[in-house]
Amino acid sequence: MDLSSQNLLEMQRRMLRIRRFDERASKMVKRGQIPGTVHTSIGQEAQVVGACMALGDGDYMSGNHRSHGHPIGKGSPLGPLMAELVGKATGVCQGKGGSLHLADFAVGSLGESGIVGSSIPIATGAALSSKVLGNGKVSLAFFGDGAANQGCLYEAMNISGVWNLPVVFLCENNQYALSTPAHTVTSGVIADRAAGFGMPGVRVEDGQDVLAVFEAVTTAVERARRGEGPSLVEVVTYRFNEHSEGLRLGTDYRDAEEKAAWVERDPIVLFRRHLEREGIATAEELDALEAEVLAEVDEAVRFTDESPYPDPSVAFKDLYTEPIGAIA
Amino acid sequence: MTVMSYLGAIGAAQREAMEADERVVIIGEDVEANVYGTTGAGKSRKDKGDFLEMFGANRIRNTPISEEVIVGAAIGAAMTGLRPIVDLSYSSFLYMAMDQFVNQAAKNRYMFGGQASIPVVFRSAMFYGLNTGAHHSDRPYPMFMNVPGLKIIVPSNPYDAKGLLRTAVDSDDPVLTFEACLLWGSKGEVPEEEYKIPFGQANVARTGDDVTVVAISSAVPEALAAAETLAGEGVSVEVIDPRTLVPFDTEAVIRSVQRTGRLVIADPAHRTCSAAAEISAIVAEEAFESLRAPIMRVTTPDTQIPFSPALEKQLYPNRTKIEDAVRRVTGLMANTLNTELTSPAPRM
Ligand SMILES: Cc1ncc(C[n+]2csc(CCOP(=O)(O)OP(=O)(O)O)c2C)c(N)n1
Ligand SMILES: [Mg+2]
Repeated sequence: MDLSSQNLLEMQRRMLRIRRFDERASKMVKRGQIPGTVHTSIGQEAQVVGACMALGDGDYMSGNHRSHGHPIGKGSPLGPLMAELVGKATGVCQGKGGSLHLADFAVGSLGESGIVGSSIPIATGAALSSKVLGNGKVSLAFFGDGAANQGCLYEAMNISGVWNLPVVFLCENNQYALSTPAHTVTSGVIADRAAGFGMPGVRVEDGQDVLAVFEAVTTAVERARRGEGPSLVEVVTYRFNEHSEGLRLGTDYRDAEEKAAWVERDPIVLFRRHLEREGIATAEELDALEAEVLAEVDEAVRFTDESPYPDPSVAFKDLYTEPIGAIA
Repeated sequence: MTVMSYLGAIGAAQREAMEADERVVIIGEDVEANVYGTTGAGKSRKDKGDFLEMFGANRIRNTPISEEVIVGAAIGAAMTGLRPIVDLSYSSFLYMAMDQFVNQAAKNRYMFGGQASIPVVFRSAMFYGLNTGAHHSDRPYPMFMNVPGLKIIVPSNPYDAKGLLRTAVDSDDPVLTFEACLLWGSKGEVPEEEYKIPFGQANVARTGDDVTVVAISSAVPEALAAAETLAGEGVSVEVIDPRTLVPFDTEAVIRSVQRTGRLVIADPAHRTCSAAAEISAIVAEEAFESLRAPIMRVTTPDTQIPFSPALEKQLYPNRTKIEDAVRRVTGLMANTLNTELTSPAPRM
């Protein structure tokens, strides 16, 4: 894989952005500064960023409830994302979506879905439009190991196979769907399911290695861009935090030793070591990068704090393109 | 009597039903780990009273996230000898299995000439009012009221939650129960001994003479609070909780309206084709002569649910809106267009 030092540092920057943003969001939801609940991507940064950076700026993606990492990984600025989590008027969805439903069309983020599996057909449809319009864009659907058991995934894989659509199905296998271990509800191996649809299916066993993810997804994206159709990429990873923060669901379904072993394999620490070892950046440069990202998150929070809440009338806006009369 | 939370009452009903009949099984996502707190004594797996320990993995069925087959397989199992309780967690996820609800659960017994019965209960909770945004905040019971063949219950307190759920498990027809997450923590007295509440019998939650307020689900405590305030203004409000929407206790509502001559309906669903719309139509048809003022609906306006705390809460029926509606039908307040009650911005 031909990656400039600049690209490699950008990977680390985006992973750090996700980590620091989500750490802050996690704190804020516990303090009641963010309403509702948040699902963090802490621990899964390599899987998210490796996939996002394999896409071009104009490419599309759709995601799920574990939602902040995807737009951040695709390059979305942090201020409007944080403002959205708090429900401010300057939020990326004007405060209408919240953590579960981020979308930043400016970076090709077509929307995160609170309904598990529900956004997979949306990415498939974006690939259809790319194909019909001939604009060369590729589309990627992020979904979890849990979502891999929703029927619509297989309907999407089938139709994108027969229509030869430029789409990548990206399964974030963090080994649990809420409290449920993937192996107890998944028949066979997710990546192997691709064979049934006549498309390539690969499993990235070390999803904590951002370059391994990048390489596998790049292969799939290039294939799609060449007009050779869809692929399925399964990435094995682990979420470090609770399924969802702010909800206070039961929590003792994961083994402490298992968790500790994965926390050891922190993707950001691993990649920092790689960057230093390969002489791509010095420790001082990487420290400076971390400080820059922290400042970015502080700035996003400041932006959020200074932003107004939306006017109550906004609750009735954007239901239709043209208002259809009094809302009863 | 013992004091129980709404959520605890559901757990207790499930335990009793499991103990009473071994054909009862629980099927759903994360039921094994008791994530939502209704398949064990507490929210932790280690808490005593864990259903998996009590009833075993053959009867406590943790599922993949595959709502369509969860619902469909429960229907098939019910047609052939089981009495499943399906836990769908959030009511918004029912849509994933719409075909199975509408085309299989509701139609099979009818279409096949009564050859099968379908004794299955579908539990779900409406998580509105908690800033979870449009994908988790639905109150979809009216959609299912439009599907003949399904029974629909909307318990508003721990006593009803327990008693109605026991009856639901006994029902030989499919029952959908819509729990209100806002009420999960609410506490109330529940008998120590087993009891069941028949379907189609409304509860008169407060008696009164001037206005009938029919309130649904989490609107019931709001209506009771409104009635208390209005009593201070000399208005006597009767609050009726239908408890089950299908079957619906038409008689209880008609009897009340014949006495009060005024009807307000508080319903957290969207306004168009809401339960309130149906109840209004019934009363307009059957008690028109008794009405001394137009019927008023207090509902959620026909917009999707926004996330921001600045936008969400005021959309739902609350005590203030119910009070205002009562003041209007009693002439204490000018009776202008209904829309003003529910929409701060009637035209956009
Ligand atoms: C259709 C649907 N069913 C159930 C849920 C509740 N739920 C939210 S996230 C989740 C687990 C999802 O697991 P997975 O797809 O592996 O994603 P992860 O959370 O592990 O990233 C569940 C069951 C939902 N949001 N939508
Ligand atoms: Mg998962």
